[in-house]
Amino acid sequence: MTTTTDVAEGRSVAPLTARDFKGPVDPDWCPGCGDFGILNSLQRACAEMGLRPHELLVVSGIGCSSNLPGYINAYGMHTLHGRALAVATGAKMGNHEMNVIVTIGDGDGYGIGGNHFTHTARRNVDLTCVVMNNQIYGLTTGQVSPTSSTGMKTKSTPYGSVEPPVNPITSAIMNGATFVARAYSGDVRHLTHLIKQAVKHKGFSLIDVFSPCVTFNLDNTHAFFKGRVKKLEDEGHDPSDWKSACEKAMMWGDKIYTGIFLQRELASLDQQEPVLNEGGPLGFRDLGLERKHTERIIQRMM
Amino acid sequence: MSSGKFDFVFSIGGEAGQGIATPGDILARVFVRRGLHLSTYNAYQSIIRGGHIFLTVRVSDEEVLTHGDKIDLLLCLNQDTADRHVGLMESGSRIVFNSDRIKINNPKEGVFLCPMPVSELTGGSRNRLIQNTVAVGAMVALMGMDFETLEESLVLRFQRRGQAVVDENVAMARAGFDYTHANFPLFAQGAPTGSKPLAVWSGNDALAMGGAAAGVKFYSAYPMSPSTGVLHWMASNARTLGIMVRQVEDEIGVANMAIGAAHTGCRSMCATSGGGFALMTEAVGSAGMMEIPVVFIDVQRAGPSTGVPTKSEQGDLWQILGASQGDFERFIVAPKDCLDAFNTMPELFNLVDKAQCPGIVISDLVISEGRFSVDPDLIDMHPVIDRGELITTPTASNGYMRYKNTETGISPRALPGLEGYVHVVATDEHDENSILISDEFTNPHKRRMMVEKRARKFRLVAEDVPAPELEGPEDADVTLVGWGSTYGVIEEAVEQLKLEGVTANHLPIKWIVPLKADAVSEILSRSKKIIIVENNYSGQFYRYLRSETGVSVDGHVRKYDGEPFMPHHVTTGVLEVMAGKTDVFVPYQEVVV
Ligand SMILES: Cc1ncc(C[n+]2csc(CCOP(=O)(O)OP(=O)(O)O)c2C)c(N)n1
Ligand code: SF4
Ligand SMILES: [Mg+2]
Repeated sequence: MTTTTDVAEGRSVAPLTARDFKGPVDPDWCPGCGDFGILNSLQRACAEMGLRPHELLVVSGIGCSSNLPGYINAYGMHTLHGRALAVATGAKMGNHEMNVIVTIGDGDGYGIGGNHFTHTARRNVDLTCVVMNNQIYGLTTGQVSPTSSTGMKTKSTPYGSVEPPVNPITSAIMNGATFVARAYSGDVRHLTHLIKQAVKHKGFSLIDVFSPCVTFNLDNTHAFFKGRVKKLEDEGHDPSDWKSACEKAMMWGDKIYTGIFLQRELASLDQQEPVLNEGGPLGFRDLGLERKHTERIIQRMM
Repeated sequence: MSSGKFDFVFSIGGEAGQGIATPGDILARVFVRRGLHLSTYNAYQSIIRGGHIFLTVRVSDEEVLTHGDKIDLLLCLNQDTADRHVGLMESGSRIVFNSDRIKINNPKEGVFLCPMPVSELTGGSRNRLIQNTVAVGAMVALMGMDFETLEESLVLRFQRRGQAVVDENVAMARAGFDYTHANFPLFAQGAPTGSKPLAVWSGNDALAMGGAAAGVKFYSAYPMSPSTGVLHWMASNARTLGIMVRQVEDEIGVANMAIGAAHTGCRSMCATSGGGFALMTEAVGSAGMMEIPVVFIDVQRAGPSTGVPTKSEQGDLWQILGASQGDFERFIVAPKDCLDAFNTMPELFNLVDKAQCPGIVISDLVISEGRFSVDPDLIDMHPVIDRGELITTPTASNGYMRYKNTETGISPRALPGLEGYVHVVATDEHDENSILISDEFTNPHKRRMMVEKRARKFRLVAEDVPAPELEGPEDADVTLVGWGSTYGVIEEAVEQLKLEGVTANHLPIKWIVPLKADAVSEILSRSKKIIIVENNYSGQFYRYLRSETGVSVDGHVRKYDGEPFMPHHVTTGVLEVMAGKTDVFVPYQEVVV
């Protein structure tokens, strides 16, 4: 198995295009849904990185967003609501040569799966987590989410939400994530670029993507984001400066930053685990034990 | 079992922090190195210091599966132990204690007291734990054993702590040994020597080793008594054996991570107790829907809720039967003892690999934390491995469908990463080609097809599971039915009943699913009387058995005080039910800890 991320050169096979990453069915998202931009960006990024479909595992939870694995030509796991990061960690440990991308919703990632979010970041599992953040529960037809703004009226907060939202960027930084970025799904070029950076990054990478739900979130619309998003790279942000990253991540008004807030080098979980040092992916190894080991184990019991 | 020529029980009582495990371990080594069988039960509480701990070790020249009914020799490490348990000691038994600090009040007539002047014997040693070693020397002497095997065991135990520690312990054990020979009458029947040295393990060791032997490559867990021993074994052997072991944020993560690893081809498992299993349940069903083989272990403790973390019960059966929403197929198995737990793991992994579904092992504190002798030649660390229809090499052809609706219902499973087999697995209902049929495109005919496909493959593979068999005479007066860890205690009760003039046979149920209800019904239809023995209040197993077979029974023996059955509890219960005194007999627990 050859599974590195930027290996297009040196291959005899024809390079793939974004179309080659089209899945067997068309998305059933509402027309105009922000999730389309994320799917497009992902397909482009895969093609541009020279990935082959079998080298990629896309893991999702449950939500409108989490239907994505069905729409991309790659190995996929459409798991339980909130559990994608846990499943993806297991899958990455089982086959650390695979490129793992997790595509989940804001409810999935920061609500029901919040504990996994914290710990996957802390462990620096080498996977890319793309949170398709529409600041609402889409699939369940429009309830408040952990990223909904204070005051937002939804079906479950008809008088306006009284709770403050979670800040995914500062949370991820505090949890020890080694690559933390934000994007807007309306800017496919920028998002494609960020996905490529994130996949190439060795360790846990988060891209929180504003992905407007045109049906249930009438506050955070494309129009809302278009005028507000500003790229960090245009302002010379230094991704090694975590304090500045946090300050910029907390700005929410006329200016909302996108781009890479923080990036740092740290050994990833698979690199830390001696069991993975040699022998290829765990899942493909022979199952039998060596007699010299089993005899020693039994000897110790006597 | 109890008819063994040599059948001896000793107990050690004290408080947490007094190092009770050490003499227990040392003596266990002495016995198994001598080739004697043993079964231990440690009654303890969920604290690190204080409380009352009571370790009971039964030794025999034949296999023993329970800690028996009586105590021949009691070692008191504190006054509390003496006061609590002196009443259990019968004529002919002996009590060893540190006479500097402990007084034995009101022993029954005929009980031999063996006061040890520990301070004098140890030259006033300030080492608080040294009284344990003196006592071990005394106990070995009382049982008529030589000093050499004890010395060997002490060296093994203490060598890592340096020669000085070894020397001190050997000298103190010797002092206790010699003092006893000089001052107390030894037991009339000395401990014999068996035919070959045995090994010792706990049920948790056995579950972990069985998993390792089956080829487990991924083990995840969140600590929870009494299952944590599995994690400890896995963690300490992981690097040598090439197993990835992860302690995870919670049991939800544990189960889902195990499933992720299993999907990539690892044999994966995780162990927990009832509370943790409750958190895992949604994932169990997801493995059923995605058709990913994975093994969950629930080591039961006394519930509900946090319950009594250090006590045992068979109270999780309905939780496990009902684990996860919807109809789906999974194996559920309750091994009968330590060795059976070990052997069950490879067997279960083969089944779940073939049927591509989850499997659940039900253990409990009695098996998992009990320590038992085992003939090392019976531990097969290289069992047959059958991974079923697993695809592990790439292909150039197209058209692979992960959930192909085959005649057997088994769809060949390709591991992610292989060229030519790109596919999605989904927890939503899906078509043969993984496309969801759950949201916009629900389709009743396809849904029915997929439900039936999953059921079909399970039914086929479940044929590999043996039907339960009746043990003992066909025409017995009564059939005792139990499941899981009550195996040993029922076997022993059958022997005791014989002495009371009652012939009993025993139907042990190991496989909960598939139960093989027809075979069970057929066996029970020939029983003169049926009594069900289980370690819970409401008769969980009885209710399951009745729902699957329609069988009605004559009575029950149930225990739910946290302590395991002793053989005479079952015997008395059967006699009372047979005499028509009660339908549900609940034994009185004599040993209070
Ligand atoms: C355990 C569980 N609880 C609740 C649900 C119902 N549910 C499905 S998706 C969802 C929320 C989806 O919101 P989000 O994760 O933000 O994804 P979106 O649909 O907005 O993309 C909920 C509550 C479920 N499937 N499982
Ligand atoms: S409901 Fe919202 S999130 Fe879901 S598909 Fe429609 S627009 Fe997208
Ligand atoms: Mg959402």
